[in-house]
Amino acid sequence: MIPELGNFFLILAFINAILLGTLSFYGAHTNHKGLIQFSHRASTSIFLLMLASFVCLTISFIQNDFSVAYVASHSNTQLPIYYRISAVWGAHEGSLLLWVLILTGWIFAVSKFSKSLPDTMIARVLGVMGLIAVGFVSFTLFTSNPFERELPFMPIDGADLNPLLQDFGLIVHPPMLYMGYVGFSVVFAFAIAGLLQGELDHKWAKWSRPWTTVAWIFMTLGIALGSWWAYYELGWGGWWFWDPVENASFLPWLAGTALIHSLAATEKRGAFKSWTVLLAILTFSLSLLGTFLVRSGVLTSVHAFANDPVRGKFILVFLAIVVGASLLLYAIQSSKVRSQSNYTLVSREIALLFNNALLAVSTFVVLVGTLHPLMVEAFTDGKSSVGPPYFNLMFSVFFIPILLLMPLGQQISWKKDDLPALLKKYVWWFLSCIFLGLLLTFGLNGFSFTDIEPMAILGTILGLWVIAGTVKYIQLQSAKSQTRMAGMRKISRSYWGMILAHIGVAVTTLGVVLTSYYSIEKDIRIVIGETVEVEGLSVHFKDFKNIQGPNYISSKAIFDVSKSGDFIAELKPEKRRYNASQMVMTEAAIDPGLFRDVYIAMGEPLDNSAWAIRVYYKPFVRWIWLGAIFMALGGILAMTDKRYREKKFKKKASQEAIADGQ
Amino acid sequence: MKKLIVIFCALLMVQLAHAVIETYEFDNEEQEKLYYEIINELRCPKCQNQTIADSDAPLSRDLRYIVQQKIKAGETKRQILAYMQERYGDFVLYDPPLQPANYILWFSPLIIFLIILAVVVARVGRREVTSEEDDTDANASPSNDKGE
Repeated sequence: MIPELGNFFLILAFINAILLGTLSFYGAHTNHKGLIQFSHRASTSIFLLMLASFVCLTISFIQNDFSVAYVASHSNTQLPIYYRISAVWGAHEGSLLLWVLILTGWIFAVSKFSKSLPDTMIARVLGVMGLIAVGFVSFTLFTSNPFERELPFMPIDGADLNPLLQDFGLIVHPPMLYMGYVGFSVVFAFAIAGLLQGELDHKWAKWSRPWTTVAWIFMTLGIALGSWWAYYELGWGGWWFWDPVENASFLPWLAGTALIHSLAATEKRGAFKSWTVLLAILTFSLSLLGTFLVRSGVLTSVHAFANDPVRGKFILVFLAIVVGASLLLYAIQSSKVRSQSNYTLVSREIALLFNNALLAVSTFVVLVGTLHPLMVEAFTDGKSSVGPPYFNLMFSVFFIPILLLMPLGQQISWKKDDLPALLKKYVWWFLSCIFLGLLLTFGLNGFSFTDIEPMAILGTILGLWVIAGTVKYIQLQSAKSQTRMAGMRKISRSYWGMILAHIGVAVTTLGVVLTSYYSIEKDIRIVIGETVEVEGLSVHFKDFKNIQGPNYISSKAIFDVSKSGDFIAELKPEKRRYNASQMVMTEAAIDPGLFRDVYIAMGEPLDNSAWAIRVYYKPFVRWIWLGAIFMALGGILAMTDKRYREKKFKKKASQEAIADGQ
Repeated sequence: MKKLIVIFCALLMVQLAHAVIETYEFDNEEQEKLYYEIINELRCPKCQNQTIADSDAPLSRDLRYIVQQKIKAGETKRQILAYMQERYGDFVLYDPPLQPANYILWFSPLIIFLIILAVVVARVGRREVTSEEDDTDANASPSNDKGE
């Protein structure tokens, strides 16, 4: 009964989406108050319907209703209750349902929190999002329905959730990431509505900005969570592999980062309007492309995609319609968009332009690297691979100038600035960073001149430079007031957001560089009772036992790790065999620290009660995710800036302005 | 992030869910470093998207053994990669070689960047001329941002 209800709600949501996606436009076009009002009601109801549908699927999981095919293949009676709930989005059908739920959640939020916008504009925004919902609800309903029954031959027990997904990181990672992916649909809808309306002034940018920032925050956290999860769960100590699935989320993040910056120029200076609109369209298109890549199976191989083409074709056609239609609209309408700003070659406008050019090319690098193997396979007989060596090199080429210019870009003034005077303020800071960077990398290299890594030194210097330059920026900004504290208070919250986010970029950069170049990785053979020296660490194999878990059997080893006599940590890595799937999983044991992680993963049992284990020593690895947290906090500061909270007053003012204008 | 690959491989019944840990012995540290460098650049020909270092497939095991043997025999990285490329094609190389099929991969980002740069310079140059003639403040957006 409950799965049927869920399906029924999904069908109602589909009808609701169609109404929202058509009547809103008609209402906006004819300025029909009733229909505009309807678009708000439909936004609420579609969210409630999707929520109800999602709850139905969740109940089916909790009740172990194995007559539902999706539940049967992704759950099991032995599975703890919290994993049964997270298993709802553990595979294709359910995660699509979550995708749509989040989309309708965004629709609901836009309808609730955009009261200050003109009625016709908001109706169009809701209409565009309604059309996106039509696409995705029908995709769920017709190609990937999670409520399909497996009757009358239902299995007695389920096939279990993939053990890799039985983990906290995976409970929270997909919802976060989807919040980001789908969140970019809001700014996309604003762009399309603006183009339709022919109104793309700075107010448009001001409305879009907080929504873009929220989506970006979720995306940042979602990617960081995924990377953290891969690090501790997959047991090979890696945190980023430039895998197409990872790139699929990185692409909209990069484009979204560029968008945040160009929106700033559009809001403050009325500059780059048409570029900003294009970027808004491209960012969401990359979100859709990511969904296509991940959901169509095209990544396994182009031919696998051709064998089971329904899902892939559906998204591909949808992607083509969305991108094609919005670019067409852009081509027709963008000539009406006029940027009104004057600026010279040395100005913040140009700094932001450089930022956007470099971020756009970085996005392109990731895009071409991800799609190239697919193209080669589709158009030639061969197969090729593009992996970390390509991405690391090419991405660095365009990311180094971003880091180099970032501190200057913060300080440079709008319109016109004096470059020599600007550079002069930073010269000593930059030289100090070079010195510090050399010292730090020299220390990490064990104070030796052999095996010097130029890229490690460069990356460290640049990371320090961004931090130092940002501190210098605070100093320069606060110096304008009488006391330093008064000056600091005068810096607005959105600028503190920028400061924090930029420091986050530096922290992540340092983490990435230092852990990539100064990690120690060693596979050793060890017997119980034995102590093995690994590059200055002594690893002592203390104990070994077999443990019965809720749905697995585990072999657990206990190691004492110490460094030159000082005890560091007791680590208990496990090797689990899951009952239902008989899959073997490594649970790595990690001693986390702000400056280093010690990480042990179990390998295979060797002869004579010996085990092969892998020991990692990873300096600064936490900084990778710490930086992402800083970026997200920066985003939160920026979007809670005063000028967004003063919306209600603004609304009055803007309505008066409109009245005056007419 | 890697979950999908893992799911795919689980579907394909490829055993990969745990790190591969072997204890090869080498003559010196350079050899060991080279070994890790090479196995982290070669793609497992049978897997979804894994290096032979990460993959637990029997083929990867064999390939790691071959790499180890060749390093101990004194072969260079170039020789070993060429050996692998000859047998398994470009597919095994995560570092795509600089050949006509890959030109678009290696050169297009730079070309695109140069085009953007040219457009920017051209437009700003034009703007600079007009802004000197007509230097009205076009600040259409009154911002109440105090940080400026």
